[in-house]
Amino acid sequence: MAEPTPMLEADDLARFFDVSRPLLQRLLAGEGRRTLKAVDGVSFRIPKGTTLSLVGESGCGKSTVARLVVGLYRPTRGRVLFDGIDLEEARATAAQRRRMQMIFQDPYASLNPRWRVRDIIAEPIRAFGLIDGKAAQQERVGQLLTQVGLSPLDGEKFPHEFSGGQRQRISIARALSSNPEFLVCDEPTSALDVSVQAQILNLMKDLQQRLGLTYLFISHNLAVVRQVSDRIGVMYLGRLVELALAETLFEAPRHPYTRALMEAIPDLDMTGRQRIPVGGEVPSPIDPPSGCPFHPRCPLANDRCKAERPALIPARGTPATIVACHAVEEGRDGAAFVTMDQRPPGQRIGTTATTL
Amino acid sequence: MPVVQEPPPGRGGAVLEVRNLRVEFPTRRGTLVALDDISFDIAPGEVLGVVGESGAGKSMTGAAIIGLLEPPGRIAGGQILLNGRRIDNLPYEQMRRIRGREIGAIFQDPLTTLNPLYTVGRQLIETIQTHLGLSDADARKRAIGWLEMVGIPAAAQRVDSYPHEFSGGMRQRVVIALALCAEPKLIVADEPTTALDVSIQAQVIALLKGLARDKGTAMMLVTHDMGVIAETADRVAVMYAGRIAEIGAVRAVVKHPSHPYSRGLMASIPPLDRRVEHLAQIDGAMPRLSAIPQGCAFNPRCPEVFARCRRERPELLEAGGTRAACWLYDPASEKRAAETMQHG
Repeated sequence: MAEPTPMLEADDLARFFDVSRPLLQRLLAGEGRRTLKAVDGVSFRIPKGTTLSLVGESGCGKSTVARLVVGLYRPTRGRVLFDGIDLEEARATAAQRRRMQMIFQDPYASLNPRWRVRDIIAEPIRAFGLIDGKAAQQERVGQLLTQVGLSPLDGEKFPHEFSGGQRQRISIARALSSNPEFLVCDEPTSALDVSVQAQILNLMKDLQQRLGLTYLFISHNLAVVRQVSDRIGVMYLGRLVELALAETLFEAPRHPYTRALMEAIPDLDMTGRQRIPVGGEVPSPIDPPSGCPFHPRCPLANDRCKAERPALIPARGTPATIVACHAVEEGRDGAAFVTMDQRPPGQRIGTTATTL
Repeated sequence: MPVVQEPPPGRGGAVLEVRNLRVEFPTRRGTLVALDDISFDIAPGEVLGVVGESGAGKSMTGAAIIGLLEPPGRIAGGQILLNGRRIDNLPYEQMRRIRGREIGAIFQDPLTTLNPLYTVGRQLIETIQTHLGLSDADARKRAIGWLEMVGIPAAAQRVDSYPHEFSGGMRQRVVIALALCAEPKLIVADEPTTALDVSIQAQVIALLKGLARDKGTAMMLVTHDMGVIAETADRVAVMYAGRIAEIGAVRAVVKHPSHPYSRGLMASIPPLDRRVEHLAQIDGAMPRLSAIPQGCAFNPRCPEVFARCRRERPELLEAGGTRAACWLYDPASEKRAAETMQHG
């Protein structure tokens, strides 16, 4: 039986940036070109009506993936299929472009301060020629504003008259105005306060249910990601290190980096547990470590990890999870993280996290 | 539940005492009250967490204490006492000497805190010599010692590096060393880990907490991250619209918040250990300073509002383990609250 066509499929996606110094300086210093591999071989599928989240720390390439997926960057290698059509081809026709939209992190920078809200929201409607006639367009804008929890009268105002959360609602209304099926959300709540973040997350979940939307959700906040995702990919230095069903990832994280990330989140439980912070820092993507890029910080690293890059393969014990780790493949990941595994199951992960 | 009471103001031995602090911003359209009637104190070795959403006044409280309010903001009332001595009315020069020597400050962005033109060592040595008057060689030795203490590898070599040669996490360690090197009695840390990734954040929190404990330094930790507060602070003040909504022991405030705003705030934090279909949310947004509602500033968003809340402003009242600025905890309004809830 053939699987239904996924909304989005990324196949060995890579994007390199040339970060060389200018030619003359290079010649004088006698150095070569330098390449930053922001994304290096990322593959995933997002079935229709579901949410895939990508998490990771700054510089892991998650936002670059978001930009590749909507065509803001062209891939250095690999390709993106949007509903079975090559993205290059899909981007060429307005009918396909209309079907994907993006929501950005900063609601202060992503709305034109000189435009009234009604014009901001109506722009995609006009650009794609979806509705003719000003009155009909404005009626649709009113509907969209109501849909995101604002009043149709708010259309007359300018962006500066709104708070951060309200502006993010306007961004969502603008994204929805072209009747898209697929939304790429790049850290949509990171700039918001926690009580407002809850409002926006609830709104996004509600819209997904009502409109059958498919989301690619980019975030650094694991707790947020758990609330919205069907599947979660963890990225480190431009690669996926683990891809799992949301519940599985939290119940049974496999990659040492995923486990370290979960350990590092301060919790509200106040069990007084002694957390073991991951040592070291994310290395520079210009000069990544040999073998597994996580090996300098990994408690399980051995000679193989230093030499050979692990492939993303189904994990021993939890085959629905795919993980890039020699230790998991060889079954030597059980003994580590003793402190974590000795705790009763309910306490393994901090109860609540965190950002207000 | 253990009853942990907020000690009455004016107790002896506090490093920092803030009494009825009021900060105003004169504008063309009238005076905005940014902070109103803020009172708390911090004991030696104690970490007071200050939380709240953007615009609540938490950073401004820190700025007022270290004497770095952005003009035209000014302290319009109240007192700030450091080891029993008033510092809110000192001339600029005297306050400058207190900053660094007696109060160390750590800000959010480590890159803008450090001078990019000077080596890390020179900045540390200058601070040490200004405040402690050591010889060049001794100051350098001490600077290297501090870099080691904050966990910078190969400190003896890195002391001559420039800030841009350090990563974000390492820079924040340098900033911490800079804030602590004159051994101040009080540290004001404003979002010290917000710009850092979660794995680095954990390292920096552990470091700050350890150093404050070992040196008996009092710390005011301003952050919007409840997780950081829960792990680091001894007591917490929750701020809303320029006032303290609730203050008490960290466990009581985080686990059993009394003020409806603190309750909403805690409930809206997405949990890490489970998925909830609908997160608790507080509808609306914090009021602007120019439009703070009459009575309790939280009343338009409060699920338990009753008539008195719209009329009179509540002061901090005993509320089972913490102190909360909410009329629910005034015995006189209990009956009315019950009636309102029945009918409403």
